[in-house]
Amino acid sequence: MANVLLIAEHDGTTLNPSTAKSVSCATEIEGSEIHVAVFAAAAASVASEAARLDSVAKVITIEDEAHAYPQAAFIAPQAAELAAGYDYVLAPSTTFGKDLLPRVAALLGVNQVSDIMSVEAPRSFKRPIYAGNAIVSVSVPEGSTIVATVRTASYRAVDMTNDAPVESASLTAAIPGHTRFIELKTAESDRPDLQTAARVVSGGRALASSENFELIYKLADTIGAGVGASRAAVDAGYVANDMQVGQTGKIIAPDLYIAIGISGAIQHLTGIKDAGTIVAINKDEEAPIFEVADIGLVGDLFTIVPELTAALSS
Amino acid sequence: MEKILVGLKRVVDYNVRVRVKSDGSGVETDGVKMSINPFDEIALEEALRIRERGDASEVVVVSMGTADAQQQLRTGLAMGADRAILVDTPANVDSLSRARILLKLVERESTDLVLLGKQAIDDDNSQVGQMLAALWNRPQATFASALEFSGDTATVTREVDSGLEVVEIDLPGVITVDLRLNEPRYVKLPDIMKAKKKPLETISMDELGIEAAPAAEETSFEPPAEREKGIMVDDVPALVAALKDKGLV
Repeated sequence: MANVLLIAEHDGTTLNPSTAKSVSCATEIEGSEIHVAVFAAAAASVASEAARLDSVAKVITIEDEAHAYPQAAFIAPQAAELAAGYDYVLAPSTTFGKDLLPRVAALLGVNQVSDIMSVEAPRSFKRPIYAGNAIVSVSVPEGSTIVATVRTASYRAVDMTNDAPVESASLTAAIPGHTRFIELKTAESDRPDLQTAARVVSGGRALASSENFELIYKLADTIGAGVGASRAAVDAGYVANDMQVGQTGKIIAPDLYIAIGISGAIQHLTGIKDAGTIVAINKDEEAPIFEVADIGLVGDLFTIVPELTAALSS
Repeated sequence: MEKILVGLKRVVDYNVRVRVKSDGSGVETDGVKMSINPFDEIALEEALRIRERGDASEVVVVSMGTADAQQQLRTGLAMGADRAILVDTPANVDSLSRARILLKLVERESTDLVLLGKQAIDDDNSQVGQMLAALWNRPQATFASALEFSGDTATVTREVDSGLEVVEIDLPGVITVDLRLNEPRYVKLPDIMKAKKKPLETISMDELGIEAAPAAEETSFEPPAEREKGIMVDDVPALVAALKDKGLV
């Protein structure tokens, strides 16, 4: 049997979908018994959601005021303590998991496997390197805990028909005082979450201003899509950083991805490789985005996008 | 603060389109342009700006790798670092060993701040800064897009999936930097000449008393799955028809 400890990502009230996708990865480990750990100030609502995740055997809650806003320096010593008796410690490869898990690995004195895209054998995994331009198979030596983050775009969320038991754990690891959470600035939006939306419309530098990004929002709202952007559009200040798609932004896997005015640098393409259908609209027919697009349309976005929005809203 | 330590990793230049060798034994690096990991370059730029405004007295750049990494250290010196340390390791030494090496250097150099890139663009791991902070038992602020210092604390804006998170950390500590923190300066020719005279010390892992940690073995490499060739359409009605055909709208 393989005991798997998965650290849940949540915002204090709701489970982040990255957790359900990570469970899916954990089920690929032969004979896995999956426990989900919820570190929170008040864990009840998140824990009851986690208990419904299929294949989860148990939910463990660790409640402490310090966990009101997840901080790697606070969770890591407790997660490392909790990890005793587990063969695997997993977290999603989101900014939450990327920040936290190496700290846990180092406390356990082991290396970490980042961004698992498939489990080949109990100690062998595939992961992307060089912005997804190569896939490497790695094999972790026997005799140590496997600590790994899960590339969530490679997995579908498990269903939520389960009713796993919830237990609370009390841990002794001290929470340090050297780090203080000040605030989280999030852009309020009624649009679907970029990382989980079935459809995503993204804009690039060619939009040329934040005002022109309205064209992207209108098209997205017409088809109920989330909105993303290339790094160039974020750097230029047209949209906020949390909309960036790519190697250093979000890695997404919607059923439909519409790239508008995005040339398609490899760093962007790595963020969308798992999309079902990629549509590219760009005035430059040589743009690399067309190499990965399933449907391409060459032309001026300022005439095409309004026309497309009108056609899809009728 | 006194001293800032900056990590510089030698990686395949970000403009190079990396290809997997036909026998699957690795990626093609022969004759390929090598550079400082772009995130590390941003870390160095930030360290230099901190020193230039009088908030630090010395910037030390460190690279872990083979003798080839001296090139990247010289570039770092030309950008303005005061001195350089090359820790002689295998080119792809594991992250935990890198963190252990940095901890030894932090202790030896009595460092107040370690600035690193948030990830290296070769292995895309994003591990070393967090591991160092854990071993050091000090704070970490990862994915930084803005920094402010006041006495012994740093206020760091972090780019996270849900937006921007602001944290305050007590120094000493580790900060890993994101792309939008700054734009690194260009190196000028006279600076390259000057950099040749700056000290560059080489240390072995033995001298630091560190053995490489057990790490995952890379057993094979393959190119990513190719997407099927797409179609080009001529106008919006054809695009809408194609989307309807696939049941997407």
